[in-house]
Amino acid sequence: MGTNATARAPSGEAAARLVDSPSAAPEVAVEDLRFAWRRGAPDVLVIDRFTVRRGERVFLAGPSGSGKSTLLGLLGGVLVPRAGAVRIHGVELSALPGARRDRFRADHIGFVFQMFNLVPYLSMGDNVTLPCAFSARRRDRATARSGSVRDDAARLLDHLELDRATLAARPVTELSIGQQQRVAVARALIGSPEVLIADEPTSALDAGTRERFLDLLFTECTATGTTVIFVSHEAALGTAFDRVVALAELQSPSGPR
Amino acid sequence: MSVLVTVARLALRSLWNRRLTAGLTVLAIALSAAMLLGVEKVRRDARQAFADTISGTDLIVGARGGAVQLLLYSVFRIGNATNNISWETYRELAAHRSVAWTVPLSLGDSHRGYRVLGTNTEYFARYKYAGDRPLTLAAGKPFDDVFDAVLGAEVARRLGYALGDPIVVTHGAGEAGLRNHDDKPFRVSGILAPTGTPVDRTVHVSLEGIEAMHIDWKGGAPIPGRRTDAEAARKMDLEPRTITAFLVGLDSKLALFRLQRTISTYRAEPLQAIIPGVALQELWDLMGVAENALRVISVMVAVTGLLGMAAVILASLESRRREMAVLRSVGARPAHVFGLLMSESATLGLAGVATGLGLLHALVLAARPVVSRLFGLHLPLAPPTTLDLALLGAVVLAALAAGALPAWRAYRMSLADGLSPRV
Repeated sequence: MGTNATARAPSGEAAARLVDSPSAAPEVAVEDLRFAWRRGAPDVLVIDRFTVRRGERVFLAGPSGSGKSTLLGLLGGVLVPRAGAVRIHGVELSALPGARRDRFRADHIGFVFQMFNLVPYLSMGDNVTLPCAFSARRRDRATARSGSVRDDAARLLDHLELDRATLAARPVTELSIGQQQRVAVARALIGSPEVLIADEPTSALDAGTRERFLDLLFTECTATGTTVIFVSHEAALGTAFDRVVALAELQSPSGPR
Repeated sequence: MSVLVTVARLALRSLWNRRLTAGLTVLAIALSAAMLLGVEKVRRDARQAFADTISGTDLIVGARGGAVQLLLYSVFRIGNATNNISWETYRELAAHRSVAWTVPLSLGDSHRGYRVLGTNTEYFARYKYAGDRPLTLAAGKPFDDVFDAVLGAEVARRLGYALGDPIVVTHGAGEAGLRNHDDKPFRVSGILAPTGTPVDRTVHVSLEGIEAMHIDWKGGAPIPGRRTDAEAARKMDLEPRTITAFLVGLDSKLALFRLQRTISTYRAEPLQAIIPGVALQELWDLMGVAENALRVISVMVAVTGLLGMAAVILASLESRRREMAVLRSVGARPAHVFGLLMSESATLGLAGVATGLGLLHALVLAARPVVSRLFGLHLPLAPPTTLDLALLGAVVLAALAAGALPAWRAYRMSLADGLSPRV
């Protein structure tokens, strides 16, 4: 308690992080999860334990039809497990009512899909700022960072090497797939959600574009400390990640073969 | 900035993105709204115009027949009388103690499609329209010579007549193939100011003029070989033998029903006396069936337009599954997706109704001269009435109801699809 107490106090941002994310808890945790499409139907997903540390980049490998989409639906809170829990950022998502899960997803998770990520009738900039319309938290964070939501979108688009001067005027449907995917990344990252979930985001890209895309994605995620769960059937991409997990390994022996 | 604003903005952008189909949908709703309002407007304006055509007259007397028919031929110049009234009867009834004034009417001839009405100068003093407004002359004076004619405003305007011009009356009412009274031309002595009633489309001449024209005629055709010229006719006894009908004004309304009964039980010839307002009501009752049919049709048209809208939105849903999944991934709830679709329907409904209102006004502006010429009805360009607004509100509500179907489907879809639509 001296004259320079202010100087020693942690910044507001850091304090917030300390409070809402105890370092001991994983950012994403799946426990004893059982999922079936209908009551009484056989479980299609059985995961006893799957955790991802804060800031970790995990490559989730699995051929299509292995339950990837189902897992992503569970992590995103659009599906609810029959049993077990999905915890993200310390919150048991699976215990929240539907509207709260939607809010939580808007606040804490950014998504990038395989293709057609963009809302066709919105401009590039409006596509990027869209999450801020549904999440006050991300709106506030984006504003805190760049002064306004628009400016933060511009910053992200610049970082992702999208030439706003020439692209902004065009309908997003006329952008190349590589450009569209990068716009999707900017949208997933605006307002700094804790978790980025990417579902085969590179499978529509050619080899050269793919590498550059991953580079840009990682640079941005490192800068904000975003946790990345990257799902793909292209095992070769896994080398760039902290950890590679095969979905088949996650599925417990008691589950479907 | 709430989420609702975002959803509404998304709806607008989405519609703009599909502006061709959206535009056609708006047009369909606009046409049905315009039709709905148009039917209502025509009904209302027609009633007003009919009601405005005659006022201040207590009874209309004519040969016995339908009350509506008498009203139509005596006041609206529609149809023909089946029988005439003798001049003696007219004189006797006109002298009845409760009668304040009478105006004799003699119909049956025409001039280039316009009816010729034989009457006397009392007509210009007694005939009232639109709440006791008297007839006024825009030019000239009422007839004082046998062959003078006073033209309605429209007759003079459309046929380009000025004071002093000669006009030839045709026997019977029709455009062509009828015999002309060309041996006894009339001269325009006066032109009336516009009234917005059938008076505008009438050529007024004196009863004596009518009599003079028919001197050499019998049974609707000229008697061969007999030609009395106009000058000779002037000197003959031109007291009419019959008239078609006459208007009656009373000293006291108390005598109305008694006089009406006296006339309808008149012994010398079969007559009827009608109260204009009562006969109009009878006319409305007659037209009610047609009006209701029109209403039902216009409601059907509105329903068709709105079902079309629902079908168009419904058809677009399949291709929008990906868009819904993206919206859900950024945090939209299924309820927001529902709201998005409802906003689109609401926008289409509102835009349709607004366009429909504009369309109707444009239509009224365009149709005014035609309606005025063909039916003598004046269509006012009035702001929407409470009933109009209620109808428009009902269209918007119906649009919401129709839009609920695709919206509900989108809601179910986005709930089932989550983040990975089965495309």
